[in-house]
Amino acid sequence: MADTVRPRTLVEKIWDEHVVLQDEGAPAVLAIDLHLVHEVTSPQAFTGLRTRGVTVRHPERTVATEDHSIPTLRGTGRGLPVVDDQAAFQVAQLERNCREFGIPLHGVGSETQGIVHVIGPELGLSQPGMTIVCGDSHTATHGALGALAFGIGTSEVEMLLATQCLLQRRPKTYEVRVDGRLAPGVSAKDVILALIARIGVGGGTGHVFEYTGEAIRALGMEQRMTICNMSIEGGARAGLVAPDDTTFEYLHGRRHVPQGAAWDEAVARWRRLPSDDGATYDRSITLDASALEPMVTYGTNPGMGVAVTGRVPSPGDAPDEAGRRALDKALAYMDLRPGEPIAGRKVDVVFLGSCTNSRIGDLRQAAALLRGRRVAPGTRLLVVPGSQQVKAQAEREGLDEVFRAAGGEWRESGCSMCIAMNGDQLEPGQYAISTSNRNFEGRQGTGGRTFLASPLTAAASAIAGVVADPRPLVDRDPVTVEGR
Amino acid sequence: MPEPVTVFTSRVVPLPAENVDTDQIIPARYLKTTEKSGLAEGLFHDWRFTATGDLREPPFVLDRPKMQGRRILLAGANFGPGSSREHAPWALLSWGIRAVISTGFADIFRANSLKNGLLPIVVSPERHAALFDLLAADPDVELTIDLEAQEVRVGRGPASAARAGGAGRAASVAVPGVGAATAPSAAGTAGTAAALAAVGRAFAFEIDPFARKMLLEGTDEIGYVLGRLPSIEAWEASHPARVNTLG
Repeated sequence: MADTVRPRTLVEKIWDEHVVLQDEGAPAVLAIDLHLVHEVTSPQAFTGLRTRGVTVRHPERTVATEDHSIPTLRGTGRGLPVVDDQAAFQVAQLERNCREFGIPLHGVGSETQGIVHVIGPELGLSQPGMTIVCGDSHTATHGALGALAFGIGTSEVEMLLATQCLLQRRPKTYEVRVDGRLAPGVSAKDVILALIARIGVGGGTGHVFEYTGEAIRALGMEQRMTICNMSIEGGARAGLVAPDDTTFEYLHGRRHVPQGAAWDEAVARWRRLPSDDGATYDRSITLDASALEPMVTYGTNPGMGVAVTGRVPSPGDAPDEAGRRALDKALAYMDLRPGEPIAGRKVDVVFLGSCTNSRIGDLRQAAALLRGRRVAPGTRLLVVPGSQQVKAQAEREGLDEVFRAAGGEWRESGCSMCIAMNGDQLEPGQYAISTSNRNFEGRQGTGGRTFLASPLTAAASAIAGVVADPRPLVDRDPVTVEGR
Repeated sequence: MPEPVTVFTSRVVPLPAENVDTDQIIPARYLKTTEKSGLAEGLFHDWRFTATGDLREPPFVLDRPKMQGRRILLAGANFGPGSSREHAPWALLSWGIRAVISTGFADIFRANSLKNGLLPIVVSPERHAALFDLLAADPDVELTIDLEAQEVRVGRGPASAARAGGAGRAASVAVPGVGAATAPSAAGTAGTAAALAAVGRAFAFEIDPFARKMLLEGTDEIGYVLGRLPSIEAWEASHPARVNTLG
């Protein structure tokens, strides 16, 4: 077959292997290896199944967790207090649906509960070469393992449950090459914020990113997850990193990965996944890692970002009328003045968490800066680990004590203030510096204002009480930006 | 299952904002529902209401009396980025919107819209600007969106013969309750004439041919895939499961 000799990209290899059939003029019927489910985008899909009188085709390729609307504070009595009756009903619905259809649930109270994009890799469910979907746009996170992973809507969730397949058009490919090495104090979050600032929030529409280059290779798995996680903020439904020894080392021994001889076979198969020499991409862009600085967003979409040493841009400098209008609106919402430095802006809340930056390595970085220091008076630090396993690991290392001693709050795992569905939210007018992925108007609470940044920048800002460059602290006290 | 759509005519709601994200279309606190209906109240909620729940002053475009009943939204570039929430098209449909016109749509929003019969119509930046000009000159101009003929027409006229014939389809398309071609209500003013010239009386739009077929027939995509179960079983027989979530 011609396909076996033509050089192919990582995405093309995964795609080709998973096409079940394609009728003329129709999208491909694409087989999905792993379906992740959570409480918010699934209830209508299960209702649809019941209406059709069909069952879940592969409950053993499906896994559920509760993360979006669950509380992060311990309550009294049996469980945790859910924010309201509607959210409680939705959580109860997921539990009922999982029971009825035989889907394993890592629910509240389980030691494996956590944010869906944290527990997938953590449990070894997400593996190289797989197709992975979830009714959540940050599903691209799992692309860090070399999987084609993307978010879907609830109608597609229903199709998945019923057939274990999706109807999809072959995506275009977009190589994002990051050359060079990151400077101390600059991390994965800064890479992805810099990319989005450059290409805009619609820059990757219709494409799948493949992150390549020396700087990506040098990153650990958790940092790669941070980058892939925010692919959607650049418009790309998926983003991948080719699997390598870092990937295999991360996966080895995890609960759901093959063991023994099957592991060796799997690794041999995974080693054939990286893009072939001579494979071509529909688009490409190159970033120089060594030129990157810590990034902070100033506006109301993730593309509105600048270096922490930079200034809020002026609407007058926008290339067109629409851009000028957008910037005017964003700065009015954020109550920022054109030309003012972003560093030094007061922050009321520091949120360390979300599927972007709530893993053990993220917590270690923030804790390294906060150890022996205090959060500024009048600033609130909320630390929400991504999973119960992350929480337990952090507590074994004493990181919870570091955060508490600094004046921070240490919570149970969940999406929390990233999406503000569970009661963890900003008051109108408040400013947060947040390690999450979206700074949309009202995202972290109606009227709340968000600066997106890395865990290091968030920690430095917590100490200063204002948006702050982490590099002076990092220089004093070198921080390891890794960690399994 | 989506309701079959063929052709409809409506005045237009202008929303000249870029990158209108799904959190604005429907804030996350409305995602606690387990239903698809009843989301109109949450549509653009925080752009329509103050933190204390009062209508904003001046009102957001959707709350202006003249906008009630309009079924077409003309939005700025890259409509619908952000989350995968299908509640965004559900909310637009609940309010009454059946088509959104922009220069581009976020991938997940577009897929979700097509599965619910909300038409994402992509136009060139030039035509997009001209449509806004036309709407400024004649705020009550009507557009006819014809999925069968794959074209947008200014006014209530029937499908343009050239376009429909050229596409190999019947030139005569049923337009229920719609009479002969009418000029825009303010035709004759110089601004309208110029904008109309830039828009064109009728223009074609691209749409995924499979999605179009499903919508015209009112066919259900899940039914389509369920109909191919033998092929799926054959594929699965030769591709062992990669993971067992129960294990």
